[in-house]
Amino acid sequence: MFEAYQFASQHLELVAKWAVEHLLISGVAIGSAAVIGIVFGILISGQGKERVADLVLYFAEIMMTVPSLALFGLLMLLLGRMGLSAIGFLPAVMTLIVYGQLPILRNTYIALRQVDPAFIEAGRGMGMSERQVLFKIKLPMALPVIFAGLRNAMVLIIGIATIAALIGAGGFGVPIFRGLRNARMDLIIIGGVSVSVLALLVDGSMALLERFVTSKGLKR
Amino acid sequence: MIRLEKVTKIYPDGTKAVREVSLEVKRGELCVLLGPSGCGKTTTMKMINRLIPLTSGKIYVDGVDHVSVNENELRRNIGYAIQEVGLFPHMTVAENITTVPALKGWTKADRTKRAVELLKLLRMAPNEFMNKYPKELSGGQRQRIGIARALGANPPILLMDEPFGAIDPVTRIDLQDEFLKIQQELKKTIIFVTHDIYEAVKMADSVVLMKEGQLVQHASPADLLYRPKNRFVEDFVGSDRGLKCLQLIRAREAMWDSPATVTLDASVESARKQMEEEGIDWLAVISHDRRFLGWVVSSDLVKGDTVSEIITVSSIRVTADTVLSEALSQMLTSGLKVLAAVDQHERLEGVLTFEGIQTALRKAVQKEGTE
Ligand SMILES: Nc1ncnc2c1ncn2[C@@H]1O[C@H](COP(=O)(O)OP(=O)(O)OP(=O)(O)O)[C@@H](O)[C@H]1O
Ligand SMILES: [Mg+2]
Repeated sequence: MFEAYQFASQHLELVAKWAVEHLLISGVAIGSAAVIGIVFGILISGQGKERVADLVLYFAEIMMTVPSLALFGLLMLLLGRMGLSAIGFLPAVMTLIVYGQLPILRNTYIALRQVDPAFIEAGRGMGMSERQVLFKIKLPMALPVIFAGLRNAMVLIIGIATIAALIGAGGFGVPIFRGLRNARMDLIIIGGVSVSVLALLVDGSMALLERFVTSKGLKR
Repeated sequence: MIRLEKVTKIYPDGTKAVREVSLEVKRGELCVLLGPSGCGKTTTMKMINRLIPLTSGKIYVDGVDHVSVNENELRRNIGYAIQEVGLFPHMTVAENITTVPALKGWTKADRTKRAVELLKLLRMAPNEFMNKYPKELSGGQRQRIGIARALGANPPILLMDEPFGAIDPVTRIDLQDEFLKIQQELKKTIIFVTHDIYEAVKMADSVVLMKEGQLVQHASPADLLYRPKNRFVEDFVGSDRGLKCLQLIRAREAMWDSPATVTLDASVESARKQMEEEGIDWLAVISHDRRFLGWVVSSDLVKGDTVSEIITVSSIRVTADTVLSEALSQMLTSGLKVLAAVDQHERLEGVLTFEGIQTALRKAVQKEGTE
């Protein structure tokens, strides 16, 4: 433990570099996953789209079960074929987006479907268009559940981002894997603890944000 | 204002919910759709604002076939109040009330002004309630906000589906009275759904009684009670139509509007004289500005010098607009033989006695019978 502290204090800029890399990969991945997941969640939540929704969710679930390393590998091959950079930032972010997808997509879908039809009908009865019903009623009421999905995805992504080090994308995976190879406990501790702290910090700020954006009328 | 022509609704599963219903509701009229559960009241109502498409028939709103209008435009000009749910939980009271004004693009200032106006109209303090959320309100308050929301953009037409459904009887009566008062002023064209015949008789200008999707009788409340078209109407109205008729008569028509009164400083002796002269055993005690304070009854005349010493202070009072059934029930529960009817400043307008109620009822029944 002490050695880990010593190493960290002597190599502050190195730790900072890993942190920035880690945050950058996860951040971009979460941002994209959120956009994709919420948009698809909305698209498949409409009346009469249950079959499509089942299919999309099933597919997202299957993707979740693919081991992350295999997915990294697969993407590297694919990106390589397409002439894109097969290692580093791009494949790392893409893998993470795939993993972050399910909780966001599923929660968005479920939350939107769960809105009491009476409220939707009330909205329509007062002259709201479908779009207004979505933005004025469904989404605000679904927000707490969507947020839960987002937080879920974030913690997941920050954790899995550790493996991105294997394909040269940097982050706290770097000290962990280096430590593993060289039997350096201090490096493993630095990487592990930092990832946990990062996840907690991000989750905490999301909780704050959530409190800020959800209507007081929906809280218990 | 609203005309239905042979309107029929058959749901996809084959349920014939509404069959060839034709009816007309005139401008400023409050038409109650009445009938047992499942008879098609809600379906009929929702076809008017096109929440449910018709299977066949036509509906004209203000003379225009309502399918020729943009459906959202149509709905923004028809206030809509629904039972129980319906207030948006994530919006404040003010936001709920101004839902339609917001859809119509009113400015923030205009919306706030309107919210204040409507809260006042429904006797809720704007400062206290504007920023509350529905979950912070009582059932009765929620119903009020539901009505305020329906009135939001001041539409000429209101559709109300059991708007006073899920509340206790006392609050319900208050809301009915208040709503009638508001309606007297606003003169909206209203379709009002209920399955409570007492409510129907009390609120309606005309009642549409439905059964299994069909219109059985469309008549004034009095006609429905005294000229039932067939056995079904008779049974639905019930054998106690005398009691129901009490819903039709207001205290104003039965009360003694120049009642015997005394002031607090009058002597007991003069009170006794007055009772003897009038041949009654009570006097209403009022202040110098005619505010009602309580009663002097003959059995108390033995004690004291002035009325102030023997007054029975009473807080029980009705208004001239109270319907007789409620006045009677007040009498029965309070044990009073006389009730004071006061105006909004607590000034005595008249006194309602049991005999007065009887006479008024007898007159009404005779009138209906001979017409
Ligand atoms: N979406 C639907 N699909 C199929 N049948 C329906 C549907 N909605 C209502 N019904 C049926 O149509 C009939 C009329 O229903 P409606 O809701 O209009 O009745 P109601 O008079 O409002 O009853 P209540 O007093 O219980 O509210 C009922 O038999 C009901 O079961
Ligand atoms: Mg109904």
